[in-house]
Amino acid sequence: MAQRIDVKDLNIYYGDFMAVQGVSMTIEPKSVTAFIGPSGCGKSTFLRTLNRMHEVIPGAHVEGSVELEGVDLYGPEVDPVAVRRTVGMVFQRPNPFPTMSIRENVLAGVKLNNKKISKTDADDLVERSLRGANLWNEVKDRLDRPGSGLSGGQQQRLCIARAIAVRPQVLLMDEPCSALDPISTLAIEDLIQELKKDYTIVIVTHNMQQAARVSDRTAFFNIAGTGKPGRLIEMNDTATIFSAPSEKATEDYVSGRFG
Amino acid sequence: MTTASPPAHATRHEPRRRRASGDTERGFSRVFRWITTGAGVLLLGVLAAVAAFLVARALPAFTASQAELLADGKLPAGVTSIAQYVGPLVFGTLLAAAMALAIATPIAMGIALFISHYAPRRIASGIGYVVDLLAAIPSVVFGLWGGRVLAPLIADFWVWLVGVLNVLPFVEFRATATGRSLATASIVLAVMILPIITAVSREVFLQTPKLHEEAALALGATRWEMIRTAVLPFGRSGVISAAMLGLGRALGETMAVLMILSTGLGYSLQIFGAGELTTIAANIASRFPEASGLAVNVLIATGLALFIITLAVNMAARAIVARRKDFSGAN
Amino acid sequence: MSAVTVGTSDETEQIRSLLTSGDKGRKRTDRIMTMLVYGAFGLAMLPLVSLLWTVVVNGASKFNPYFLSVTMRGVFGGMDAGGAYHAIIGTLVITLCASVLSVPIGLLTAVYLVEYGRGPLARAVTFFVDVMTGIPSIVAGLFAFALFTIFLGPGAKLGIIAAVALSVLMIPVVVRSCEEMLKLVPNELREASYALGVPKWLTIIKIVLRTSVAGLTTGILLAVARVIGETAPILITAGTTDSLNFNPFDDRMMSLPVYIYRQYAQGVATCRDGQLDCIPDINYMRAWAAALTLVLIVMLLNLAGRLVTRWFSPKLR
Repeated sequence: MAQRIDVKDLNIYYGDFMAVQGVSMTIEPKSVTAFIGPSGCGKSTFLRTLNRMHEVIPGAHVEGSVELEGVDLYGPEVDPVAVRRTVGMVFQRPNPFPTMSIRENVLAGVKLNNKKISKTDADDLVERSLRGANLWNEVKDRLDRPGSGLSGGQQQRLCIARAIAVRPQVLLMDEPCSALDPISTLAIEDLIQELKKDYTIVIVTHNMQQAARVSDRTAFFNIAGTGKPGRLIEMNDTATIFSAPSEKATEDYVSGRFG
Repeated sequence: MTTASPPAHATRHEPRRRRASGDTERGFSRVFRWITTGAGVLLLGVLAAVAAFLVARALPAFTASQAELLADGKLPAGVTSIAQYVGPLVFGTLLAAAMALAIATPIAMGIALFISHYAPRRIASGIGYVVDLLAAIPSVVFGLWGGRVLAPLIADFWVWLVGVLNVLPFVEFRATATGRSLATASIVLAVMILPIITAVSREVFLQTPKLHEEAALALGATRWEMIRTAVLPFGRSGVISAAMLGLGRALGETMAVLMILSTGLGYSLQIFGAGELTTIAANIASRFPEASGLAVNVLIATGLALFIITLAVNMAARAIVARRKDFSGAN
Repeated sequence: MSAVTVGTSDETEQIRSLLTSGDKGRKRTDRIMTMLVYGAFGLAMLPLVSLLWTVVVNGASKFNPYFLSVTMRGVFGGMDAGGAYHAIIGTLVITLCASVLSVPIGLLTAVYLVEYGRGPLARAVTFFVDVMTGIPSIVAGLFAFALFTIFLGPGAKLGIIAAVALSVLMIPVVVRSCEEMLKLVPNELREASYALGVPKWLTIIKIVLRTSVAGLTTGILLAVARVIGETAPILITAGTTDSLNFNPFDDRMMSLPVYIYRQYAQGVATCRDGQLDCIPDINYMRAWAAALTLVLIVMLLNLAGRLVTRWFSPKLR
């Protein structure tokens, strides 16, 4: 069910301000692609254009194309709501709905998409999604408790369970571990390794060790200066990026000599 | 701290405060503290005095014998006790306020959502200002407009509506051709309480964490589904307390009802008819200028009933708001 | 790297249908709700526009210097005469008295809550300020009436009684808005002042109140705008009169809102046949003109309040 993403000459604007310029890349199916780069280089912004979440901000628009298995996500007949259902997203800070139980949180997306689901199917889906997120054993006895009662790492895995419950093709993760402690971070990284068997995964991270640990391919973004747009500098196999990058800027960044 | 004992709480907190503010709390600083504290106490005293005076002046109406009431109480024809008088008044007041609330709440929520999630950012604050403008218009002007413009305009609609409703079995509404019915008054009341419900709901909706909204959108929710999953559950208690604040205002509103409604006294659901119902506030305003003796006490007794009802509604609303604060602080 | 095999056309079709298959029902619901939300806004604008329009159009016919400068003394029936001078003066006097009573209490209470308020007393004050904002205006009128009955006996109708009734309504509003404004003053300013050895009371007066003076003015102006349109409490405490009265401690006093109500309640004037200077609708015309005057006063107060903040508030950041 995982799919390839082709991005061609993508420019991203907020109003008149160009935030990201000229990105072209291919994201392979059933692999983990990491975006690294300094703060403000546009990697999160770019990630959000992959499921049209950037449109939440008024005035945001793009030029160029993002194709999922040959279909342009920005084509005229494409429904942004359907895009977000097909390309799931996990956010920087865990954000379970505070008014819903753990079970309701997992089912939130499904309930939106097709209103009727039998109780057994729902139970099935909740268990499968929570197992998929390595959370089942920790919460199976308290599915009806509020999701906000879990620890930060558990909440983040609940959000992953919620995202995969809608069976997306692609899973986007925007610094999913930045608000978590090291142990929870490891749990999420293990989970990412398992998830890549079924999904195309794109992860934004500030943590280069993490990128080296979890990803197959790495893209390095950089920004020339304040007010300038962010650019894709280099993209290659993770091993290559960290051992023998072709660009000077990449080498400076991954070896910690940046800035 | 030996002279002129300050209130108990101040004594208890004194040591910590002295350390916190060093040596500055002496001389006139202490006097100034007493002055401001005194203002707070005075405010509590005013509220206590309102309650005390209402009770004291209402008491004769409750203790008077039936004969005295009938002779001097200026009760309407057919009414022989204070309960028979207050009952229908409370009924009419609650009915008018409930109808106003039923009309205003959905519309206010719509406007609040419009400002918080639908309108373009640039005009949203301007719209908020326009809604506040509604709140600034004096109630007597609303009454004038309701009596001279809305009532004649809407009378035909009520007559038509009653014609439709009366097709139903067991339903027999009467509609007045003047439009001076409780239904018209309720619409004006609804317009008057719109701003407060809108303002409070808008604040709550705007506070919805962006994270939750994005979580819903990322699951493939449409805008309305995002509002239903993230915004409305988050704002539920806020909207409830907003509605109750509106209810409190509708209960006590005088002029709009007084100037629009053709009043009567009774337990009646004839909301389209004239001379069927009245509210406590409108009844006091219309009778008080000519009242004297025991009749004044009787009217103040009805005012006491209104005071108690609005107090209960407002305290409930505030309690909900306070509980909400605890809840959102935990997040 | 783009030379890798492109997915089979089958898969492409599958994705295409996934991405374009907007659920019809859900989309319709979304569109309907959007229309309802826009509709709610439009619906709320109808009465506002209609009200302002009718007040301006109907009020303009009699709104002129003559109307603003004469009283209703000696005016009867359908005479094309009379004005609202006495009512305007009454409103100004009553509102001024109410402000004199409530601004010091309200402001000092706000200072207490922000600068000193801790413990049960402060919590009680905060709670009951909220409760007081919910007191129906007619109940405030009844309270003032009952209070003055003790001193003056039953049936006394004076401007000052109305002022007391209005201040019961005004105090909580003043407290609330002043409290908000005082809270905006950054704590660093207070600490900077303490560090210079300035005592607390002087810090409050010279730094805190001085910094927030524009906001306080706005809050008070808006509170005045709120109570200046109150009708019911004035009706039962200051009564009605046709003559000019500057003294709130003596005799009845007319006010603009009560004037509107009185003119409205008098209804259509009866005119004898052939009476030339008789206008049946004159009472309504005066009511509209007075309503226009009142709305203008309220709008001016609101506008002034906002301009004061914009022009005089110090730049904190």
